[in-house]
Amino acid sequence: MKKYTYTEKKDTRSGFGAGLVEAGRRNKDVVALCADLVGSLKMGDFIKEFPERFVQVGIAEANMMGIAAGMTIGGKIPFTGTFANFSTGRVYDQIRQSIAYSDKNVKICASHAGLTLGEDGATHQILEDIGMMKMLPGMTVINPCDYNQTKAATIAIAEHHGPVYLRFGRPVLPIFTDADQEFIIGKAWMVNEGTDVSIFATGHLVWEAIKAGEKLAEMGISAEIINIHTIKPLDEEAVLKSVAKTGCVVSAEEHNRLGGLGDSIAQLLVKNTPVPMEYVAVNDSFGESGTPEQLMKKYGLDDEHIIQAVQKVMSRKK
Amino acid sequence: MKQETKTIEELQQIATQVRRDILRMVHGCQSGHPGGSLGCTDYLVALYFRIMNRSKDFNMNGEGEDLFFLSNGHISPVWYSVLARAGYFDVSELKTFRKLDSRLQGHPTTHEGLPGIRIASGSLGQGMSVAIGAALTKKLNGDTGLVFSLHGDGELQEGQIWEAALFAPHNKVDNLVSAIDVNGQQIDGPTDQVLALGNLRAKWEAFGWEVLDMNGNDLQEVIRVLEQAKEKAFNGKPIMILMQTNMGHGVDFMMGSHKWHGVAPNDEQLEKALAQLESPLQDY
Repeated sequence: MKKYTYTEKKDTRSGFGAGLVEAGRRNKDVVALCADLVGSLKMGDFIKEFPERFVQVGIAEANMMGIAAGMTIGGKIPFTGTFANFSTGRVYDQIRQSIAYSDKNVKICASHAGLTLGEDGATHQILEDIGMMKMLPGMTVINPCDYNQTKAATIAIAEHHGPVYLRFGRPVLPIFTDADQEFIIGKAWMVNEGTDVSIFATGHLVWEAIKAGEKLAEMGISAEIINIHTIKPLDEEAVLKSVAKTGCVVSAEEHNRLGGLGDSIAQLLVKNTPVPMEYVAVNDSFGESGTPEQLMKKYGLDDEHIIQAVQKVMSRKK
Repeated sequence: MKQETKTIEELQQIATQVRRDILRMVHGCQSGHPGGSLGCTDYLVALYFRIMNRSKDFNMNGEGEDLFFLSNGHISPVWYSVLARAGYFDVSELKTFRKLDSRLQGHPTTHEGLPGIRIASGSLGQGMSVAIGAALTKKLNGDTGLVFSLHGDGELQEGQIWEAALFAPHNKVDNLVSAIDVNGQQIDGPTDQVLALGNLRAKWEAFGWEVLDMNGNDLQEVIRVLEQAKEKAFNGKPIMILMQTNMGHGVDFMMGSHKWHGVAPNDEQLEKALAQLESPLQDY
């Protein structure tokens, strides 16, 4: 089992900010738009380096999505930035018609996703965004797990043609992936090989899965941990290959149990190789105010809940 | 790239033919929106056959060209007819309007690859933002082409329009010429009764736009005001044309009523309407 250590902690949104600057350096057509959340989205460095390629739209997210769609006509690659809640639910119809149906090369970059936004509470803690975005035909949905992966993903989506939803967050978490990693959209990342259970985790839950895996090893359980950073298109081959070996599945995500990564995996399994599966996800509820750690524990998204889910699913395997 | 030099008489003939196309398309599938289409015919004919610098061949990025965006996508019949008559696709394809496997969807879309269309529209209120985006890209690219957009007056009830209205003057998007089809009608009745729009000139001026008035059913005036709008471009302000039209213009029994917003004529009504629109050009 590979041991993951870290020397530094950072927020994934800062990975986005760093990736955006790098994407801007590599391609002059990369432009950025923001709806009055420049500091929160860490867009400051991009604005400093490319002031003429930044559009401040004010608190008007619908207009931002439309402008981004329009800017693609003439070859720009717009990256929109606001909180995940205002990047999806608030502007669903604008994304649907002007971006997805119109096949526009817009990168919808969404920070403060999920419960770990913390104290602001449920109005801002969207847990339905992955579901909304993955239902749109042609939309790529990516939820990276740490600073380095978010930076790499941001650079990668600039080189991918088509609409993308990139989801990241606010909490400061360990950096455990390589700084020089190659990010391949739609390609799952093997975190640790195992034989007893497959844990498919996305976003902030990958670190929780790693912690859970270490504790499970001490209990004599060999967990295979796979990072599904791209929820759509799902790496079906990687999922099925792992399940063929382990015979049971735990999905882990900072999202509603309905419509997220777990459902995508369940659908794949039902069609191919039905095996016992447990979800680590928010159980169809809204969040509330609290610290990220408190919320992850209360809503069942920490390493302990992953361990419980593993024990339950393995008992069902027999 | 070229601007066409047709005479007023030739443009009138095209407009009449486009009105025939609209009626026949809507009749052919017994669905669609003839009222607003007939009202906006003169504007679109002037735009495509006189005003815009445009390439004969369609390319999505439209570099160096003037661009047009239709925000009130339900008047697709007039746009499809004008695009076909302007040579973007064969006029015979107009007969497929709203039918299965057609590129001429009920509302305009890029999804089926119909030349001339750069964004889907239909869900209202989105086109001004898109037009602004395209205008910003033109500026970034050093492209001196203009961006035109058309909106319904009922569409102004959508909030996104006012987000865009605030944005464009603040950002000096002065390569944008928008127009509102002020026909005073929407599906549920006169706009004054459904949700009154008040003084549109005062509103747009207060937001910081250069506002022009235009009788949208007088072809000569349409050309004059659109030329004036082009002259006023690049002066620091976006331009808004308040275009008064008659819904159903050109067909006496359709004019001025919201009843023909989204209703197709029957055989007898079609015959009666076409008799009022004699054209030397060929039907599709």
